[in-house]
Amino acid sequence: MSFYDDDLKDAPDRVDGRAKVMGKAKYIAEHKPAGMLYGYLVQSTIAKGTITAIDTAEAEKQPGVRLVVSHKNAPKLTIPERPVGARPFYPLMSADILFNAQPIAVVLADSFEEARYAASLVKITYSSSKADSDTRGMFEKALPEARVTPDRGKPLEVFATAEVKIEAEYTIPFEHHHPMELHATVAVWEGGKLTVYDKTQGTQGTAGYVAAAFGIDRTNVRVVAPFVGGAFGAALRPGPQLLIASMAAKLVGKPVKVVYSRRQLATAHGYRPASTQRIKLASDKQGKLSAIIHEAVHNTSSHEIFSEGLVGISRSLYACPNVKTSQTVARLDMQTPLWMRAPGAVSGAFALESALDELAYKLKIDPLELRIRNYAETDPESGKPFSSKELKECYRQGSEKFGWSKRKIEPRMMKDGRWLIGYGMATGTWFAGQSPASARVTFRANGTVLVESAATDIGPGTYTMGATIAAQGLGVPIERVTFALGDSELPPSPGQGGSTITSSVGTAIKEACEKLGTEFAAVDAKTDGSPFKDVAAADIVVENASIMVKGKPETKKSFADILTANNLPQLAVLHRSTVATAERSKYSIASHGAQFVEVAVDEEIGVARVRRVVQATAAGKIINPKGAHSQEIGGVVWGVGMALTEVTEVDDRYARIMNPNLAGYHVPVNADIPEIETIFVPEEDKIVNPLGAKGLGELGLVGIPAAIANAIFNATGKRLRDLPITPDKLIA
Amino acid sequence: MKPFAYKRAIDTADAVRLGAENGSSFIAGGTNIVDLMKEDIASPTTLVDISRLDLKTITSTANGGVSIGALAKNTDTANHQRIRTSYPLLTKAILAGASPQIRNMATNGGNLMQRPRCTYFYDVSMPCNKRVKGSGCAAINGLNKYSAIFGWSDSCVAVNPSDMSVALMALDAVVKVREASGKIRTIRFADFHRLPMNTPDIETSLKKGELIVAIELPVPRFATNYQYLKLRDRASYAFALVSIAAAFELKNGVISDARIALGGVAHKPWRAIEAEAFLKGKRPSDENFANAGELAIRGAKPLSGNAYKIKLARNGVKRALTDALNMGGTVAK
Ligand SMILES: Cc1cc2nc3c(=O)[nH]c(=O)nc-3n(C[C@H](O)[C@H](O)[C@H](O)COP(=O)(O)OP(=O)(O)OC[C@H]3O[C@@H](n4cnc5c(N)ncnc54)[C@H](O)[C@@H]3O)c2cc1C
Ligand code: SF4
Repeated sequence: MSFYDDDLKDAPDRVDGRAKVMGKAKYIAEHKPAGMLYGYLVQSTIAKGTITAIDTAEAEKQPGVRLVVSHKNAPKLTIPERPVGARPFYPLMSADILFNAQPIAVVLADSFEEARYAASLVKITYSSSKADSDTRGMFEKALPEARVTPDRGKPLEVFATAEVKIEAEYTIPFEHHHPMELHATVAVWEGGKLTVYDKTQGTQGTAGYVAAAFGIDRTNVRVVAPFVGGAFGAALRPGPQLLIASMAAKLVGKPVKVVYSRRQLATAHGYRPASTQRIKLASDKQGKLSAIIHEAVHNTSSHEIFSEGLVGISRSLYACPNVKTSQTVARLDMQTPLWMRAPGAVSGAFALESALDELAYKLKIDPLELRIRNYAETDPESGKPFSSKELKECYRQGSEKFGWSKRKIEPRMMKDGRWLIGYGMATGTWFAGQSPASARVTFRANGTVLVESAATDIGPGTYTMGATIAAQGLGVPIERVTFALGDSELPPSPGQGGSTITSSVGTAIKEACEKLGTEFAAVDAKTDGSPFKDVAAADIVVENASIMVKGKPETKKSFADILTANNLPQLAVLHRSTVATAERSKYSIASHGAQFVEVAVDEEIGVARVRRVVQATAAGKIINPKGAHSQEIGGVVWGVGMALTEVTEVDDRYARIMNPNLAGYHVPVNADIPEIETIFVPEEDKIVNPLGAKGLGELGLVGIPAAIANAIFNATGKRLRDLPITPDKLIA
Repeated sequence: MKPFAYKRAIDTADAVRLGAENGSSFIAGGTNIVDLMKEDIASPTTLVDISRLDLKTITSTANGGVSIGALAKNTDTANHQRIRTSYPLLTKAILAGASPQIRNMATNGGNLMQRPRCTYFYDVSMPCNKRVKGSGCAAINGLNKYSAIFGWSDSCVAVNPSDMSVALMALDAVVKVREASGKIRTIRFADFHRLPMNTPDIETSLKKGELIVAIELPVPRFATNYQYLKLRDRASYAFALVSIAAAFELKNGVISDARIALGGVAHKPWRAIEAEAFLKGKRPSDENFANAGELAIRGAKPLSGNAYKIKLARNGVKRALTDALNMGGTVAK
């Protein structure tokens, strides 16, 4: 579907859309409790060493300045025990510098401008040592592999004697999320109780983190994040500003706000680690894969081990009897990396799906056909059946809509004036997870419904998802439903990561609605002559804000009537959904997709443009087609950036990020993005969760960079294995 | 950002008087100076607001050219009927820059005065001769993908970021400047911006406090066969890796005069004089355009990370000339 299609006409609009475009949705930095001071961060200008002196005299003399907080006067926090080798960064705890642009002080003043100016006057002296941020040679620098995965079959031997083989190395640079909303915290202490408005993807995880740091009871911390202006993983770990604002507020006895500036933001959180991957593929002459060898290394920091799974995709995507994977990390003197949209999977898929394309050319087999010949009907790693997998149908419908059959196999054969045209495709997959979650659903006498969960909505449309499920679950118009979220004091929810909020919180809401039906039946059953006496929960049908006994429409009673009859203002149910782990473990559970891309390349001047994308997705039940469409086109946009424009540039002499702003870090602009068509192939899946819905947020990105690079090869005959594919590389 | 005083100039005389004061700086559209202040690169103690001065009109000059007010907005200039029809190369160059929102704020004078975008210049923790004299140039042996291939010196390798200036260079513009004495001085565009030499902090030939009042263009030429080609890292809203303003006059199928200026390659817009001279008297053809491209890059000196710019410039010149030909509707041979 494309944006104006009829398919989307009746799908609910974003319930928070109006507030957002009207400026009424209050983001973190817009909270302003009485008496609040403004904090402005000072960041280190070296990457490794120690602070030998910190001179705040000049800064403190400035009008409006209240205090400068650094490791010298910050309250000591409790840093939880961590495994050996891990020293998570806690801000302002010591004179040590672990990465460049590390926050080392905060200036508190009556106004933002005063704080910012004074921050520029804080003088720091360091003793500095040589830092390493060089992403070349990471295989050589790598730590021993932490968890060795046993080989499947005999990959090395088979590869050595295979009929057809390819071997290639792929590199991906550091990339940053650069969400619209900056990392920010407003911290308010009232007695021993702390309330923080914090940019976070998980209010309760964050609450636990701050409570532990201050050694206070978790119930004394409240974390509020009603609107999150994009995060993509950047706020999966608490940002340093959270503790800094909380410490500062404690010291000055006033609420404190700390907001990262755009320039500062690149080290407020981690980033997609830089990676190098080596792939070897072997097959017979018909393209049947006989061996996959996939070795990957990506960077971590000097103080922590961060590892994301790049090579897993090589074990799960294709049926291949002999597979070897290994993955290591190399320490660099940088901030610790962090999950960024489709972490691991998109990096791994860029390598595997490019390599498969290389093999297809070697074999002179259509790349789509090659994938079908190696289709995994069952999970090749575990042998388990898939709970559902309509990938073949994605291939079929996607290729048909795209017109894949018109593709010329040989490169440089399709032209449009000066433009060389290329078609490329790739496959994506993402594990469909689910976590336990809770939701409270309240039906009020005036016919409105309140849904509550601590979950956040970082932009994918969680508000709308929850409202939709409750509206459907209770049979009420969506306008009557309010979803309150983003508050750690609401019913428990996992953090928003890994595309699992719909399957987790959505399931809780669905089940809570069912439970509310039985609750209404139970209330009614207490009255004389109630048809719901001794009726099993399974026989109670909820529709149109009413209940009835299954098959007996004459028993229908509206919620409102039951409330009135019993003199109740409302009825609420708090429900915790569990995960059917035993049942799930019998299956392999994932969403899948196929991406088809047309590019046009003007070789003479180094320009590549994506012209057309068809994104076919099989992700179980689609809760809201509009939201789903939006997620999938968002994935494409992200993939265009990863393939063609995005790179965090680091000067290795200083281990310092040199383009930490939106002028230098090129995310795609509208002019880079063509019409994107999405197809949702229906999947009936009773195993994944009671909703039958799998995640969408990451999936849509996974295959895109490879599909684009493959299309560029089809256009030009040039295999570019180092992202992003910018004009300097195209023209070389 | 340092605290500063704000003053509004009531007329151009007032502006040059205030502009001459120690620590003062003009603000016009503010799209560059405010950024520089926020990043602590510029720290004026007084901002002299010139945005309300009566220098916004676009009028004909006595010799048949046009005078463009220094405070006319980029958007209004690009879309002005006279500019669109008589100097379309300028329209095209302006519209290739920044974003509509920024062009709505940006003034012509400010555009000419905008400072380089070198990433080290923008990071006050880094050595940079342009920002702090004698501190060294971090780019020359560092990240220099975006740096110069012409005219750079050991003290600075930054490039001028303006698109508008590239077209003005090609069109033989002159800049009218009000000196402190009240006198109006005329500066040839080619002399307006400077190479870095060993004073990279000095980017133009304006003296402290001098005010650009207008930009003048000669009698319209090059309005049929022209192209402004901007090559960049994404389709829009990025500074040029290399940009090319190319135009020529055709008489009986022969090029009677040609203009080629390059952006993104030097500390000032770079005129490809040899290539222009070569084209004079030639017929437009692939081969001649390719030769012009070769001549345009003669003398280019790459740094560790920007050799690609030489190819981009060479091919870009050829392409821009080809586009210019096609634009004019004359059949290529
Ligand atoms: C995100 C972004 C992207 C951009 N992309 C591009 C691009 O692709 N191409 C491009 O060409 N430009 C680009 N620009 C730059 C933009 O064109 C300039 O910022 C703008 O033209 C400056 O004009 P202004 O009136 O806002 O100048 P101001 O910011 O007001 O002033 C800039 C400087 O000029 C001086 N000044 C202003 N007027 C006069 C005068 N009459 N006489 C003497 N001195 C004067 C000021 O003192 C100051 O030093 C971009 C800017 C931004 C912020
Ligand atoms: S190139 Fe110029 S602006 Fe850049 S660091 Fe060197 S001196 Fe500074």
